[in-house]
Amino acid sequence: MNAPALSRRSLLLQGGALVVGFSMAGRNALAQTFAPVATDGFTKAVAPDQVDSFLALGADGRATIFSGKVDLGTGIETAMAQIAAEELDLPLDRVAVVQGDTALTPDQGPTYGSLSIQKGGVEIRHAAATARARLVQRASERLGVPVDALETRDGAVRPKAGGPGLAYAELVTDGRLDLKVDPAVNTKDPARFALVGKSVARIDIPQKVMGRFTYMQDVRVPGMVHARVVRPPAIGASLESVDEGSVAGIPGVLKVVRQGNFLAVVAEKEWAAVKAAGQLGATWSKWEGLPEQDKLWQHVRATKVTKDDLTSSTGDAEAALGRAARTLEASYDFAIHTHGSIGPSCAVAELKDGLLTCWTASQMTHALRKQLAAMTGLAPEAVRCIYVEGSGCYGRNGHEDAAGDAALLARAVGRPVRVQWSRADEHGWDPKGPPTLIDLKAGLDADGNVAAWSSQFHVPEGAAGNVPLVAADLAGLPHETAMAPGNVIQNSALPYAFPNVRTVCHRLASTPFRPSWIRTPGRMQNTYANEAFLDECAAAAGADPLEYRLRALKDPRGIAVLERVAEIAGWQARPSPAADMSGDVLRGRGLSYVKYELNRTYVAGVAEVEVDRRTGRIRVPRFFVAQDCGQIINPDGVRNQLDGNVIQTVSRVLMEEVTFDRGGVTSLDWASYPIITFPDVPEVVTALIDRPTEKPWGAGEPSAAIVPAAISNAIFDATGARLRSVPFTPAKVKAALRAT
Amino acid sequence: MAQQMSLDVNGRAARVSVDDPDTPLLYVLRDDLGLHGPRFGCGLGQCGSCTVHVDGQAVRSCITPVSGLKPGAKIVTLEGLGTPEMPHPVQAAFIAEQAAQCGYCINGMIMQSAALLNETPKPDEAAIRQALAQNLCRCGTHLRIVRAVQRAAGTL
Ligand code: FES
Ligand code: FES
Repeated sequence: MNAPALSRRSLLLQGGALVVGFSMAGRNALAQTFAPVATDGFTKAVAPDQVDSFLALGADGRATIFSGKVDLGTGIETAMAQIAAEELDLPLDRVAVVQGDTALTPDQGPTYGSLSIQKGGVEIRHAAATARARLVQRASERLGVPVDALETRDGAVRPKAGGPGLAYAELVTDGRLDLKVDPAVNTKDPARFALVGKSVARIDIPQKVMGRFTYMQDVRVPGMVHARVVRPPAIGASLESVDEGSVAGIPGVLKVVRQGNFLAVVAEKEWAAVKAAGQLGATWSKWEGLPEQDKLWQHVRATKVTKDDLTSSTGDAEAALGRAARTLEASYDFAIHTHGSIGPSCAVAELKDGLLTCWTASQMTHALRKQLAAMTGLAPEAVRCIYVEGSGCYGRNGHEDAAGDAALLARAVGRPVRVQWSRADEHGWDPKGPPTLIDLKAGLDADGNVAAWSSQFHVPEGAAGNVPLVAADLAGLPHETAMAPGNVIQNSALPYAFPNVRTVCHRLASTPFRPSWIRTPGRMQNTYANEAFLDECAAAAGADPLEYRLRALKDPRGIAVLERVAEIAGWQARPSPAADMSGDVLRGRGLSYVKYELNRTYVAGVAEVEVDRRTGRIRVPRFFVAQDCGQIINPDGVRNQLDGNVIQTVSRVLMEEVTFDRGGVTSLDWASYPIITFPDVPEVVTALIDRPTEKPWGAGEPSAAIVPAAISNAIFDATGARLRSVPFTPAKVKAALRAT
Repeated sequence: MAQQMSLDVNGRAARVSVDDPDTPLLYVLRDDLGLHGPRFGCGLGQCGSCTVHVDGQAVRSCITPVSGLKPGAKIVTLEGLGTPEMPHPVQAAFIAEQAAQCGYCINGMIMQSAALLNETPKPDEAAIRQALAQNLCRCGTHLRIVRAVQRAAGTL
């Protein structure tokens, strides 16, 4: 996207493929909607069962793909184009992708859960294959050649025997096919793939590298003003008074907007808004509703449980524990984390003639549209969310909240408003990955095998719904009240065939901060506890950690990733800890494995660590990872994701923790919430197992799940000390070393 | 009282009007001049995403008051470093290495690296990592970024 100023029209014509103008259907104020209408009177389909919802074939021989899933910096724009170009037999540069515009794209669900390719991409594949089949059929009728004797190549249907063919553009009159997607359609034989499975250069990278890309933070619309929010100093504080005079001297300040506890300043220029937000005088009530940070885990343990989710039950774990030759017991915890986007959240909203347009980097524009409608009292049809890529979000960060702020302010000032969060707004007010506490017990038989496994996860209730918008909450406008931490019970159950297993998730009525999903929600924390505790069992049994896992693993694809990672890491079979523990810097290796959600992507990893006994500092010089995510669309893109997951998660495990006092977050910048920097970034060695004839599965999240346990296991291997509390700070490392 | 200023940005004279001489250069570049290269990340000098060159030096524009610039200072942003037809070697290397995920940090990475290569044409990997130690990336693109700088330096 490189339009310097965005207009609805320029967004629509992005890619130059689809000949539609944009107009409002219905002119009277009550019936206004955002149903886009083509110049010839047709409405752009968005229903998920229509081919036209997903693609349009242009008169210029180009195709436009309409994707409800959006590129959050992971490269799926390119992958979607690859999938569609492959099915349509078009060169990649003749496919453009429009993403996440609620008026133009089907609702394919939020962009989370590593489902973009697996679900979104497959839907686009089916739409494209359905379109292709119809084009071939039409060509057959026009050319008088049987379907079987035709092929598609380079945007045209041609007789296999040679002779003139028909370009797609000649087979569709107006870009539309008016056809239902056939989910059972024959898709292309992977043996004939020319684009899928090949490393293709990403569409967006040249513009990003040349400074020509339009991020959400770059969007400017005519007449727009700038706002900054002024959040309460304590999460639950009430606004008592505002001294508007305190910002009167700042040129260009237009308005102080106050609604309930929502407070913001609006100015002609951005810097004036920044200054005014810092200078605005306001008094707030005292609020100290958070637990004390150093009593966090007692607080979690004491939180009311609203229900138990039994996520797996085999045999009788309690009885088997009683019979076991040996039992082990441990508790693991994973701190509260922030998403940590490098660019704070931003949105632009405009309310005009009863219609709200919101430019947003939201990962879930279709859901956000409904949230904004509920908050403003508009009908959902009167709200349009237009996706513009922002800074990477790694889950549900503050993008949606900034959109809520912008919508509220657009209504308050009657002009388009851009809201840019500050660094402190993002660190302080993005929803947080909730604290996770896990208690585990295992019983080993006389041979050291796991005979019984019983685990209890203390995690907030709720799933992956809509996270309540901060603006709606502060302003007392309608909003959701349920927590939406993500599907955090996933991977609490095990991928191993132990005879007696019971895994229970105690769902908590509350958690200190508004929760949401951070990348690999629950799967990361749960796999950490499972795979580290399993390593404790292996050590107790005196077994090699790889051999110990393979004993209880029946799944050939799981076995394959473990064997592959062992191969690239040069894994030496021996029990942990290592025999040699002399010297100040100790070295170790640790293994970890996940089958994502127990039904898709397989990942195995090996961490190498160095532990400095004097300082307690951990370094991870190298990390090896092997992954099978089924059919790979863009191998280079998958490798980029593996690097990213490993590096981000090493950062989470070694240093990250939201700090807070009784009122709110105190880690409000990068000095107080440090993340990994270049000198400490590990080398990442990756191995991909491509299975072109299998379904494509997600690659954006799964590999984060294996990182924490691999590091914990490697530290144990190096030192004999077990780290069970993320982050593994030098203080915790030193304490663990003292205890061994 | 708004103050008129003349800046040399990407080889062109630009006239801007600022209400506050303390306005950080970042806001002038982004809001007054409509540039998209330098990015707002923290406003605190902590992340590097706002980096530009001032007289060839990598500078964090979020903490550089526009009035503090020397008269005639030459400001270069990512847009002015190279053009799509003639990318700077560091830009070409970032494309060749596919060194971006969301890309939000990439402005800072390229501007910092280009300044490094001006001073030290053949840095080794450790020197590159050290030179970029104050530039944050959350997507975990670090390894590709380092390879891209090595490629630009001809040391890959
Ligand atoms: S925005 Fe300037 S250093 Fe972060
Ligand atoms: S590529 Fe996203 S922050 Fe670096």
